[in-house]
Amino acid sequence: MSAAQSPSATPLIRLAAVTKVYGTGQAELLALKGIDLSINAGEFVAIMGPSGSGKSTAMNILGCLDTPTGGQYLFHGAHVEALTRDQRARLRRRFLGFVFQGFNLLARTSAQENVELPLLYRGDSAEVRRAAASRALASVGLTGWEEHTPAELSGGQQQRVAIARAIVTQPAVLLADEPTGNLDSQRSVEIMELLQGLNEAHGITVLMVTHEPDMAAYARRLVHFVDGHIASDEANASPTRPLAATTRSH
Amino acid sequence: MLLNTLFIALRSIRRNLLRSFLTILGIVIGVAAVITMVTLGNGATQAVQLKIASLGSNLLMVRPGQRQGPGGAGGGSVPSFKEADAEAILTQIGGVATVAPEGRSSVTVIANGRNWATTVTGSSNAWFQTGNWTLAAGRPFTDDEQVSGAAVCVIGETVRRELYGGAAGSQGLGEQLRIKQFSCTVIGILASKGQAGMGNDQDDTVLVPLHTLQRRVTGNRIVATLLVAMQDGADSAPIKNALTQLLRERRKLGDGDDDNFNVLDTQQLAETLSGTTQVMTALLGAVAAVSLLVGGIGIMNIMLVSVTERTREIGLRLAIGALEREVLLQFLIEAVVLSALGGVAGIVIATVASILLSSIMGIPYLFDPAINLLSLAFSAGIGVIFGYFPARRAAQLDPIEALRHE
Ligand SMILES: Nc1ncnc2c1ncn2[C@@H]1O[C@H](COP(=O)(O)OP(=O)(O)O)[C@@H](O)[C@H]1O
Ligand SMILES: [Mg+2]
Repeated sequence: MSAAQSPSATPLIRLAAVTKVYGTGQAELLALKGIDLSINAGEFVAIMGPSGSGKSTAMNILGCLDTPTGGQYLFHGAHVEALTRDQRARLRRRFLGFVFQGFNLLARTSAQENVELPLLYRGDSAEVRRAAASRALASVGLTGWEEHTPAELSGGQQQRVAIARAIVTQPAVLLADEPTGNLDSQRSVEIMELLQGLNEAHGITVLMVTHEPDMAAYARRLVHFVDGHIASDEANASPTRPLAATTRSH
Repeated sequence: MLLNTLFIALRSIRRNLLRSFLTILGIVIGVAAVITMVTLGNGATQAVQLKIASLGSNLLMVRPGQRQGPGGAGGGSVPSFKEADAEAILTQIGGVATVAPEGRSSVTVIANGRNWATTVTGSSNAWFQTGNWTLAAGRPFTDDEQVSGAAVCVIGETVRRELYGGAAGSQGLGEQLRIKQFSCTVIGILASKGQAGMGNDQDDTVLVPLHTLQRRVTGNRIVATLLVAMQDGADSAPIKNALTQLLRERRKLGDGDDDNFNVLDTQQLAETLSGTTQVMTALLGAVAAVSLLVGGIGIMNIMLVSVTERTREIGLRLAIGALEREVLLQFLIEAVVLSALGGVAGIVIATVASILLSSIMGIPYLFDPAINLLSLAFSAGIGVIFGYFPARRAAQLDPIEALRHE
């Protein structure tokens, strides 16, 4: 049904026997106990599991924000575990977009400027930034809200600004750690539909952590974490569809 | 990257105006205080120097009295000088240009239906030279007038203005002036010396021949002061020694006796006084420097707080791909721009305050580029140091750690 799902020879993302240890000595904690995971370009993956099972730890490694203690992480064929801090920053800047549970928008800063921020670090010109940010805000349905600051926006709107900020660089992968954790169910559904749309219409690979089955149901692949292991990894044959789209496809 | 980061930093300052203002407040106050103190101190020093210069350079002022005694000059039993002393000094000591015997009295003068409280000075024509005075109008005394104690006077510009009015040096010449019981003719008007600083008006005087003062005002033969002008380029030390020796003989002091008069060297006085005001300036500057330091600590405080506050922001910037050095540079630029702004604001405030205060205090306003530059450099330095280190700590954090920061 979707062109983006066609299997490619080398996966976009490959974790091989990845482990993560926090702390040392007595306080040592094995948060990831050997993770093997391959994700192809264009997938929409939901990572689920109980609290403390290592979902965020895995996401931070996938997002190149953190490095594994052991094992290998290949992104686009490059060994991320061997990269320096700055090299990982450049990789994030170029290929990755982040959506956080707590939005993390700059206070007292307009939606437009928040969305432009990643482009500033890429060195884009003012016109390019403005145009790209307007487009990104339009694609999350916030045209007309450009000049509003986070304080003047609802939680759902703030998360949509954050999504616009994540996609403004046209990243290969969008990583979202509990993006609906701070939202009510109606707002959550809107965010999920947005992520699904970005995945299907723009071919952005979406990796999302959630512990709500309703939200995970929008993804096409479900990965379950238990106690630092992957307990199950299965395709979701019938992802939840927006009402309108369901009606149209039948 | 630099331009971009500059843009990001300026945006951040503009977005947080209150925080930015609080950050630089200490610097503004500190810089303003240091510059104002030093500028006023310099002005006071110059005022003192001007005042001394206007007394006449190369002048020895001799007064009766014990040297540095608790009673100071003019102690009760100490004999005063005589006119003959002046004569003797002029003829017997080399290097002396002229000597003016001087007596003074506080009087109220009346003319033109107006009163004016002033000082009447009795002396000779030599007085003009010892005090660097010139006449704006009229003539000095004739020998006849000096010997006979004629009823003539030369008036200072302030006295002239208060009694006769009109433009400087214009009216009053040839008019009558009442001093106590007698009336004298104004034969000359002194050219104004202007304010000598700190409220002392030298133009507020009336000069009469010494004999006129002695006979008609004080009623005694006392000469209170001998003004000895030395020749240009003369060394004051040997002249002072010879003068002291001569006066000791004339006053019949034995070898064991202390001097019963003292000699004030205006050059020495100038050095001593301006030395004192310089010490005062340094002291004031030091006090102000402490306030600048306190301002610097204030900046450090706010920078630390703001970096803590902004740790999540730093985490976010790092997460979306900012390099550590870009974040650092941003904070550095913010700090430098802010403290430089604070420095400039401080300089502006100090300039306004110094001009105002120096005019109130009656001292000249002297712009001192060195202290302005120094304060600016210091505040920028504080900004760099206190802006840089907290920011570096934050930029070195893991992005996730920084993001999780509460
Ligand atoms: N920075 C850290 N330092 C020490 N322990 C951590 C850190 N982050 C996570 N952990 C621990 O690692 C385990 C996995 O955490 P996490 O990946 O956040 O779980 P999840 O996101 O699935 O709730 C938990 O036991 C947690 O306490
Ligand atoms: Mg988590």
